[in-house]
Amino acid sequence: MNLNTLWAYANPKKFIQATDRVLPVISILAVLSLVVGLVWGFFFTPEDYRQGSTVKIIYLHVPSALMAINAWLMMLVTSLVWIVRRHHVSALAARAAAPVGAVMTLIALATGAIWGQPMWGTWWAWDPRLTSFLILFLFYLGYIALWEAIEDDDTAADLTSILCLVGSVFALLSRYAVNFWNQGLHQGASLSLDKEENVADVFYYPLLVCIAGFVLLFIALVFLRTQTEIRARRMRALLARERMG
Amino acid sequence: MIALLIRDLRLAMRAGGGFGLGLAFFLIVVTLVPFGVGPQSELLARIAAGILWLGALLACLLSLDRILALDWEDGSLDLLATAPLPMEAIVSIKALAHWLTTGLPLVLFAPVFGLLMNLPEAGYKPLVLSLLLGTPALSVIGTFGAALTVGLKRGGLLLSLLVLPLYVPTLIFGAEMARRGVEGLDITTPLLMLAGITCGTIALLPFASAAVLKVNLR
Repeated sequence: MNLNTLWAYANPKKFIQATDRVLPVISILAVLSLVVGLVWGFFFTPEDYRQGSTVKIIYLHVPSALMAINAWLMMLVTSLVWIVRRHHVSALAARAAAPVGAVMTLIALATGAIWGQPMWGTWWAWDPRLTSFLILFLFYLGYIALWEAIEDDDTAADLTSILCLVGSVFALLSRYAVNFWNQGLHQGASLSLDKEENVADVFYYPLLVCIAGFVLLFIALVFLRTQTEIRARRMRALLARERMG
Repeated sequence: MIALLIRDLRLAMRAGGGFGLGLAFFLIVVTLVPFGVGPQSELLARIAAGILWLGALLACLLSLDRILALDWEDGSLDLLATAPLPMEAIVSIKALAHWLTTGLPLVLFAPVFGLLMNLPEAGYKPLVLSLLLGTPALSVIGTFGAALTVGLKRGGLLLSLLVLPLYVPTLIFGAEMARRGVEGLDITTPLLMLAGITCGTIALLPFASAAVLKVNLR
């Protein structure tokens, strides 16, 4: 697919038509892979010899943490598209993704705390990864609050997208600053493309299914929320026109 | 540009509370901390550097909405926007004026407050140096936040929510530098990082602030 066909979906009508067609498929796939991944992970994998059954929280923790960061990345891209090409759908998609990303961050923090209590002996530690996730959550809150606070749609889109750009730089900076500030308690990456040292295969495959489920869930939610935003805006325009007579 | 700077400084001084308020707030924070954690001098000495940095940061934060709000209300911001001066220069000058009226007094009075907090002898020079290097970044970042929220009715709380996460790297390196100074460790690394953050924000952030302000003035 070349970019020219992609830009066609910047038209709200075409976007709604296209997403209406794919949304049921994505939703069903998301539910399916989440159910398969979680059931497989929770009931059909062995317990870790040191962590016992607590290891199974990985099927919620890792995918949500992954999506928390990727949601912000997606907002960054759509914000850039809005600034450069002024496609309203793009700005609305960024707006739609923010609460989903914030919830993902919260899930990652909460599951991490639940796992950390028996394993590390503490709900919370000022570890670099934990701290930077908390900061990321604050960034999400600020971003959402700014969207809510501004009445004019285009102004809000402009301001929030610039905030997203600036915030990305500072979030990245904070990520490395907290590394410098405190030594870590959190283990290294559980997944990576170039390293041999992944989690063991028994945990790996259900984890991949769960990640796919979270990605699909995220896409479905963003599509749905973007559609809602577009329709809400259209409704407001219609009401305004009616009042004008 | 210089005329604008002088005007801002004069306004800050004559409007009352420009200079003094930030400092008074700093003093209050420093006074309240011993009530909160207890008056043991060795405990105070250990947390002094961090508390002083936090106090400076909060004092800075409180005065942020004054950077642009008054000029926005009486329309002089619109006049400035139509002036031949580029918007980037205007926000830079605003940030500089804010630093001169808030950041610099904090830096100058920090040793006195350090005395109250029982700061160890070795800690004074790194503390003042770190504040001197770090507070300009606080002003510049704060100007960005003020530009974002200038059009809003109740922007104060939102301003804090937006600006505080942006302050994290500055605070980490600034407080770390002051802490290492107290403990007699090498301060080169945090010093360089702090200076880098300040230079980077001064160089780049005015463009973002100007863009935001243009949107708000549209």
